[in-house]
Amino acid sequence: MVMSLEAKYEEFWRQSIKQLNDVVKATGGLPIAPPDEKGQYSLWYDVRELRLRYSISVERIKKFFEGLREGKVYATKCRRCGRYYFPPPQADCPYCKASDMDWVEISGDGELLTYTIINTKPLTYSHYPDYIVAIARMREGFNVLAWLRVDDPKKVRVGMKVRLQVVKREPEGYLTYEFVPAEQ
Amino acid sequence: MRGGVAIVGGVGHAKFGRRTDATLGELAWEAVKEALEDARLDQKDIQYFVVGNAGGWSAESLPAVIVGEYCGLNPRGGAMRVEAACASGSAALYNAYLAVASGMADIAMAIGVEKMYESPTPTVVEFIGRAGNYFWEFENFGLTFPGYYALYMTAYMNRFGATEEDFCKVAVKNHYYGSMNPKAQFYGLRITVDQCLKSRYVAWPIKLYDSSPITDGAAAVILASEELARKITDTPVWIRSVGVATGTANLSKRPDFIGLDAAYQAAEQAFKRVGIEHRDTWKYFDVADVHDCFTIAEVMAYEDLGFVERGMGIQLVRSEQTYKGGLIPVNLDGGLKAKGHPIGGLRALVWLLR
Repeated sequence: MVMSLEAKYEEFWRQSIKQLNDVVKATGGLPIAPPDEKGQYSLWYDVRELRLRYSISVERIKKFFEGLREGKVYATKCRRCGRYYFPPPQADCPYCKASDMDWVEISGDGELLTYTIINTKPLTYSHYPDYIVAIARMREGFNVLAWLRVDDPKKVRVGMKVRLQVVKREPEGYLTYEFVPAEQ
Repeated sequence: MRGGVAIVGGVGHAKFGRRTDATLGELAWEAVKEALEDARLDQKDIQYFVVGNAGGWSAESLPAVIVGEYCGLNPRGGAMRVEAACASGSAALYNAYLAVASGMADIAMAIGVEKMYESPTPTVVEFIGRAGNYFWEFENFGLTFPGYYALYMTAYMNRFGATEEDFCKVAVKNHYYGSMNPKAQFYGLRITVDQCLKSRYVAWPIKLYDSSPITDGAAAVILASEELARKITDTPVWIRSVGVATGTANLSKRPDFIGLDAAYQAAEQAFKRVGIEHRDTWKYFDVADVHDCFTIAEVMAYEDLGFVERGMGIQLVRSEQTYKGGLIPVNLDGGLKAKGHPIGGLRALVWLLR
C-alpha cells in the first residue's frame, strides 16, 4: 500500500519533535537524551530543524517537460556534431561550444543492460513499495535509467526488450517516464 | 628526485564505528593528535592542512574551520574542505600531496573526518543516494548508493557467471582482517558465507553483508618534502605515483557495468608515471588497499587496477588469492567493509608499509 507522502513525513517529524519535548521535560531543561542500554552515549537533540526543498531551474529545457505532457520523452541532439544528450537533455554541447540543439523524441525501444531492486529506501521514497531501477540501451545507442514496471520481478532478465513510456507517478500525480516489458 | 613527497610517520587514526561519544572536532583531534605525536611534530610545524568531509548528515556544515580550530591548526592552511564523495579522504591526501610536491608547503596534513550517526539512517540513505546526478537519477528514480553498485553487480554476475556466494567471500575475507584491527568498526567480528547469504537485501542483489556500514571516523596523515622527510623520520613512506580520474555522475551514461572506467584511467596514469605496464600488475605489489564500499567494488578494483584481466577478479576471490600469502593480498585492514566507511574519512595503511 502506498501511504500518502504527507502522512509519512508528518509522522517522521512529529516523532522527532515529541522526542525533543519529552527529553527537555524529563531533564528539567536540557535536550540531552541519557545513555541507553544499546551503548548509545548522551546526545543533544537539535532544537533547530532544517527542512530543505529546492527550486530547480528548468527554463532552458522546458521543451522536455512539455514533451511529457504529450506523452513523449525528448533528448537533445547537437546540430553540429550529432551527439545525443540524455539525461539531461543538455541545452549546450560542450564539445562544439555551441547551443544549437534539436529536440528529438526518444524511440522508446530498448534492451535491458542491468537492474536492481531498491529494498532499503531513502527517506523521501519510503512511502513507495520496493521498486526496480533499470538501465536500458536505446535503439539510438544511448542509455536511459528509469523504473521498470513488471508484475513479477523474478521474470526480469538482462537483455530483455523494454519500452519507455510516459506515466503519472502516484501518489504525487506528476509526469515522469518508466520502462515496461516490450512484449506486454 | 625533485619534488619527492613522503608520509613521515605522522599517521593518526580514530577508532571507527558508531562514535556518538565524540563531536566532529573531538573525533578529528583523536586522529590529528596521534599523527602529530607519531611524527614528533607540533601544530606550528604544519604549514598547510586540508579536511576531507562529505557532510550533510552532520550538524557542522562547514567543518574545515571547526576542525582547524579544535585541533589548534588554524590559521595555517586556510581551513579548506575538499569533497569527492566517497573519495573525499583521498582527495584531501591528493590536495596535501600537491601542496608539498609544488613546493608551496614543506609539511602538510591531510585530515579525513565524518560523523554519519548525527542523522537517522533513512536520511543518510537519502544523502548518499543524492550523490549521483540528483535531478535526473534521484528525484524521479530514488537510486541509493547500494543501488548504484547493485547495477554493476547484476551486470557482472550476468556477464561472468559470478554468484552472490562469490561476493560474500569478499565480505568474509574483509571481516576476517577487520576482526583483527582494533580501530575497525567490526573489530572482533568474523562472519561466514552463510550469514552473508542470509542477510537481507538492501538493493538486490546487494545484501546487508555485501555493504560497508554507516560509520563515524577520522584519520590524519602528515606529508613532508624530500629534504625534510629524512630529518623527521628514518622510515619515510614515499608516495611514488598518484593518478586521478572521474566518471560520469549519471550512471546511465556509462558504457557498461562491469568495471569503473575512472578507476582504470586513474590506475593507468599512476602506473605510467613509474613505468609499470597496466596488466598482471599483482606482481609489482606486496599488498593493496582498494575501495570496497560493496563487495562488487572490490572485485571490479582487482580488474580496473590490472591485477587480473576483466572477468577474472572473481577467480581471485574463489581461489582466495587476495588473502595474506596469496597472489595479491587486499584490504588487510578490513577494508571499508569491515573497518568502516566514514564517507570523507581516510584509510591509512601506512603502519603496514613501515
